Amino acid sequence: MSLLDERPVDETPVPEEPVQEPVEEQVPSRPRALVRSERVELLLAVASGLTGSAVMCLLFDWTQPLTFAIWALLLFLGSTYLLARDSQSPIVATDRLITTLVWTSGGIAVSVLLWMLGYVVVKGIGGLNFEYLTSDLSKVGPLDEGGGVFHAIVGTLEQMMIASVLSIPIAILTAVYLHEIRGRLAGIVRFVIDAMSGLPSIVAGLFIYTVWVLQGQGPSGLAAGLALAILMIPTVTRTAEEMLKTIDDGLRESALALGAPQWRSVMQVVLPTARSGLITASILGVARAVGETAPVLLTAFGSSSINWSPFNGPQADLPLYIYQLLRQPNPAQIARAWSGALVLVLLVLILFVLARVIGERGARVRGGSR
Amino acid sequence: MTTIQSPQTAETPAANRQVVSSEILPEEQHPSSRIDATDVTCWFGKRKVLERCTLSMEPGEVTALIGPSGCGKSTFLRSLNRMHELVPVAAIAGTIELDGVDIYSEEMSPTEVRSRIGMVFQKPNPFPAMSIADNVLAGLSLSGMSNEDPKALVEQCLRRAGLWAEVSDRLNEGGMSLSGGQQQRLCIARALAVHPDVLLMDEPCSALDPISTRVIEQTIRELCEEITIVIVTHNMQQAQRVSDKCAFFLVESIGDPGRIVEAGPTAQVFENPSDPRTYDYVTGQFG
Repeated sequence: MSLLDERPVDETPVPEEPVQEPVEEQVPSRPRALVRSERVELLLAVASGLTGSAVMCLLFDWTQPLTFAIWALLLFLGSTYLLARDSQSPIVATDRLITTLVWTSGGIAVSVLLWMLGYVVVKGIGGLNFEYLTSDLSKVGPLDEGGGVFHAIVGTLEQMMIASVLSIPIAILTAVYLHEIRGRLAGIVRFVIDAMSGLPSIVAGLFIYTVWVLQGQGPSGLAAGLALAILMIPTVTRTAEEMLKTIDDGLRESALALGAPQWRSVMQVVLPTARSGLITASILGVARAVGETAPVLLTAFGSSSINWSPFNGPQADLPLYIYQLLRQPNPAQIARAWSGALVLVLLVLILFVLARVIGERGARVRGGSR
Repeated sequence: MTTIQSPQTAETPAANRQVVSSEILPEEQHPSSRIDATDVTCWFGKRKVLERCTLSMEPGEVTALIGPSGCGKSTFLRSLNRMHELVPVAAIAGTIELDGVDIYSEEMSPTEVRSRIGMVFQKPNPFPAMSIADNVLAGLSLSGMSNEDPKALVEQCLRRAGLWAEVSDRLNEGGMSLSGGQQQRLCIARALAVHPDVLLMDEPCSALDPISTRVIEQTIRELCEEITIVIVTHNMQQAQRVSDKCAFFLVESIGDPGRIVEAGPTAQVFENPSDPRTYDYVTGQFG
């Protein structure tokens, strides 16, 4: 398309095709191309942003890629506005500027995330092999090859399991209390939960360290699970409460109008309807806890060998493994830490997908039974 | 079991009512109940929304509650099965007797009242997490009842609600996959499954198209043989079409509670009302 097509609105529409005669045979309808000018202007704006920034870099002798990117972005936004203002009107130009800004912000957020993930993958993929996944660090000297992450994977899985089993039922029942029962103490409970969500994770660790580890129980995966559960409860509770709020009150009324006591209405109607939201809430709680280092350091202490029992003796987990290896001054250990980071990311991904799949399948079984 | 198709139902309602009661419902049939509301006054907090409403809803009849918006019709309806008290600040005075027993007395629990007096709401709201069949049966499990033959009950209730022909081949699909009118009939079937003596309907057709409305009106006329029905409606024609008896609610001036201005046989209320305000309302000169 030529650039002349950019000005469709200025004059009375010049018919590009001959005026439609009342012809009898019907031409099959085709979708009309709309807002073609935007694409051209977008290209122009991108081009002007890049060239303008490049010229400035040459003129002022800038060498930082980030400087180039920031100026390119600013010039791109500016020319988007000016081009639209020239071809359309100030209102359209503002609209396009803001739309572009929103897209750009989203793009930046996603690209930072991808960059970070890519970095972890690039750094970690080299050390990732079967041996790494299935062995621990107990027989590995400071300069040795080999060794692995298995003991930390076991620790993370066991501790997350303990923390989830402890915190998710409590959190969901608390959300039910806050939003379904709306008891007299709801205000206080909500306040405490909010205060808890601001609790620094190391304080949760210190608490368990003092009341559990130091009281003769010693360090264990269970202690770490307790500390992580404290961190998960507020996140899961508040998210679950928000999810319960999205359930139409009409459903609760219908259930009660059928003669249901409130607990049956909650168990059979409200919670199943909120099912996928509650799974999301649980996932957010797990995500909050799985990356915690400080509480685990104070409660499970970390270990370089495998400890299957979460109830007895020090245990490692992935964030702690990464933290401890990254502080070592030798490249082999640091490479192991990066691989550990990659394993952690993959583990979280697998857990999330599993939770979703289980949630969906459960819903289908429920819907299709009888 | 005889198969009833909905088109026939539309043409010969009287004949089909006979079939419904004698063949589809051999033993579940129970004598209709009556509700007598005496001096019912309702509050939300300090605000009195309904004052001294006295109305008898006779067995086997359809009673329509009409009146402009905000005149307390829905509040009155919700007080009849103790849904009014679900609002934390709500209060009520007066008595409401179901077959002579005050539903607000200690003899009756709210859950018992609600399983004997069913309700259909303005907005169709099938339970999204359940299939069509499970929606029909939801009332049983929710109120702790059991049924020996759930399949037959599902079919029977869906037939009575005029929905069976449309959904019989997809009972395991989700309730939300239905159209609005079908959803509302599913809600009626759900309410029927617990065998209520009375069915309250709060503007059941206000969100529906005319065709769905007609099907539901036919359903109401068929059901009233066995169940006492109370329906709130804004639609004068609907009140005339479906009800035997009519009560006109009105708020006289802003801030006043709603009162029953006139109640009586539908034909009389519409054709020969005794109160001029009723006349104005039913002839469309007001409201």
